[in-house]
Amino acid sequence: MIDWEIVAENLPAFAGGLVNTLILLATVIVSGFTISVPLALVRSTRSSYVSRAVWLFTYVIRGTPLLVQLFIIYYGMAQFEFVRSSALWPLFRSPWFCAWLALTINTVAYTTEIFAGAIRTTAPGEIEAARSIGLSRAAVLRYVIWPSAWRRALPQYGNEVVMMMHATALASTVTIVEVMRVARDVYTNYLVLTESFGVAAAIYLCLTIGLTALFRRLEKHFLRHLSRSEAPNAKVQPAERLNPKVA
Amino acid sequence: MRMKFLASIVATTMLAGTAFAEDLRIGVEGNYPPFSVVAPDGTLSGFDIDIANAICAKMKKNCVMVQQEWDGMIPALNAKKFDIIVASMTINEKRKKVVDFSNPYYDVPSRWVARKGDYKSWSQEELKGKTIIVLRNSPRAEYVAKNYPDSTVLAVDKEPAVYLELAAGRGDIAFGSSVVSAESFLKKPEGKDFEQVGDTLFLGEDADGGVGIAVRKSDGALREEVNTALSSIMTDGTYKQLSGKYFDFDVTPQSAKK
Amino acid sequence: MFQSYLPMILEGLRVTLSVASVSLAIACVIGLIGASAKVYGGMAARLSATVYTTTVRALPDLLVMLVVFYGGQILLNSISDKYGWGYLDVDPYIAGVSTIGFVFGAYLTETFRGAILSVPAGQIEAGFAYGLSRFQVAFYILLPQMIRHAVPGLTNTWLVMLKATALVSIIGLDDMVHRAGLASAATREPFTFYALIGLIYLAVTTFSVLLFGALEKVSSRGVRSGGAA
Repeated sequence: MIDWEIVAENLPAFAGGLVNTLILLATVIVSGFTISVPLALVRSTRSSYVSRAVWLFTYVIRGTPLLVQLFIIYYGMAQFEFVRSSALWPLFRSPWFCAWLALTINTVAYTTEIFAGAIRTTAPGEIEAARSIGLSRAAVLRYVIWPSAWRRALPQYGNEVVMMMHATALASTVTIVEVMRVARDVYTNYLVLTESFGVAAAIYLCLTIGLTALFRRLEKHFLRHLSRSEAPNAKVQPAERLNPKVA
Repeated sequence: MRMKFLASIVATTMLAGTAFAEDLRIGVEGNYPPFSVVAPDGTLSGFDIDIANAICAKMKKNCVMVQQEWDGMIPALNAKKFDIIVASMTINEKRKKVVDFSNPYYDVPSRWVARKGDYKSWSQEELKGKTIIVLRNSPRAEYVAKNYPDSTVLAVDKEPAVYLELAAGRGDIAFGSSVVSAESFLKKPEGKDFEQVGDTLFLGEDADGGVGIAVRKSDGALREEVNTALSSIMTDGTYKQLSGKYFDFDVTPQSAKK
Repeated sequence: MFQSYLPMILEGLRVTLSVASVSLAIACVIGLIGASAKVYGGMAARLSATVYTTTVRALPDLLVMLVVFYGGQILLNSISDKYGWGYLDVDPYIAGVSTIGFVFGAYLTETFRGAILSVPAGQIEAGFAYGLSRFQVAFYILLPQMIRHAVPGLTNTWLVMLKATALVSIIGLDDMVHRAGLASAATREPFTFYALIGLIYLAVTTFSVLLFGALEKVSSRGVRSGGAA
């Protein structure tokens, strides 16, 4: 049924591919997150030119296929003489940089929208209360808006991270040897579906399960105030908990 | 009512199936000048195409050319999209594990291509740490991987891309077919700053002396027919006439010269 | 130079749109079947539907596409060998729409499942109380009300699907992305053509959003929205 010899023979290649997948994913998520947060803050301010500019950016990126974005950066940038002779060329000629850049731009667009949406839905009352006790705009952002927005955004953001992990498979089209590329090569050389794509599928399934579990943990931590299992213990009276000195 | 409808669909497909019985479907690429070229309007031409037509005539079958991207060539053969591959596929051990080959029908050497003046030879030391561009999953790729462990390999999925990436500056030196590099790249304006480095080289024992026509492992009889047709066109002068159209040197494989 | 390739690119657009629409149709059919299996089916039906949606959504689209593409052809070959039918060609177009339809059928299963569950049970009960047959209840009561809840998910899936069709160029289908590749190879202007098709995708996306917005309005006729008095 499954030729384990072929699987064993190609396991090192798959391991190498997995490492590349993870490196790409990690770098993209870190850079994506770092850029999205300030961008989301800008995007959620009401009608300013900058906010509209960010909207335009996210609209364009979300409205075009990632594959096309990748090709524009990898193949398209090389078209211009000024790029090829500039100091940036060593970057643009590298498939890794191009893949990282394309995936980052893509995730920034989606993540910015997710965070901006969460920021916008912060209860206005909370913000008013914070301002009324004298917190500066920056402090309101840091202590009131962001924590609650992050909690709201978490499920969707987790989804986006899983989507990005799937998107790394597209890096195989620009010569990056990650899991998908290894699978395709094994298929071309051995003509076996299970030992090639099956192994890749198993790897991706594990990654998805892992990431989903990770985000479930994060949700548990950040949204624990909503969890029902922390309902008051019947043995302890509320009054006692408020004032421990009372007998 | 529904059964009748289904039955008529099945019947039509069966008829369609039988219509192909006498056709020989041939997988070709179209991206390997001068062996295989596709014009913007879709017409195929080139040495591979001519050979394919010639052996078809000898086998008295109706030729149907099916254009296929190089990357999926062998999977497509296996999936029965066509029955033979005439696409300058080099015979080597790795491929022989999954398909069978006819006798070789031509043999041209490989050549290194780089920017003028960059390299004097292709020695290991000179290419240490450099990026070599080569066609993915091919005998040349294996050759490079085996003999140049200290160099980075950039593997692309079709031969023209090898030279395009070289021109774009994504690699330092390319390793490809001597004829194709000359024909599709060096003769063109984008290749004017590049040259072939060092002598031609044949890949030796890794590649069994030339390119062959690939058939599925289960098609032994077809392979024999193809071999008969091939030796026939080589002996009756058709081969010489066809190769004379494209090459002013002898491309006959060593094994056929015996 | 540019102008001479425009017709070719636009023909590619026609292919892309065609692939996307047919895939959507296939995905909708699969989605309805899957959703019914999950909501009304027995243990076996629910289990298979769950395995289907979980696996497909946990894997990259490209992987599922390649597996369905190669595997489908091999399966078809073994079937036709068994019955002696001769070679049945699966042309890239059929392969493309089947794979995308298969992939997004999983997403639509979840969308439709949510939509079915959002239709108040009372409506269904009332339908049966009136003596309507199962088909009549499904077609006249469930379906129209379900559409309203399914539209946002459907819109989202359509937009994602539209972009996913770009991947069929990898399995050899001659769509807009593939043609842009051919044009850029011939003119050595990849940026021009990929940027062009990027803009075309954007235009189609914008148009789709407007279209689905109208669909949402139509399907929400007569529904009072909460909020402003």
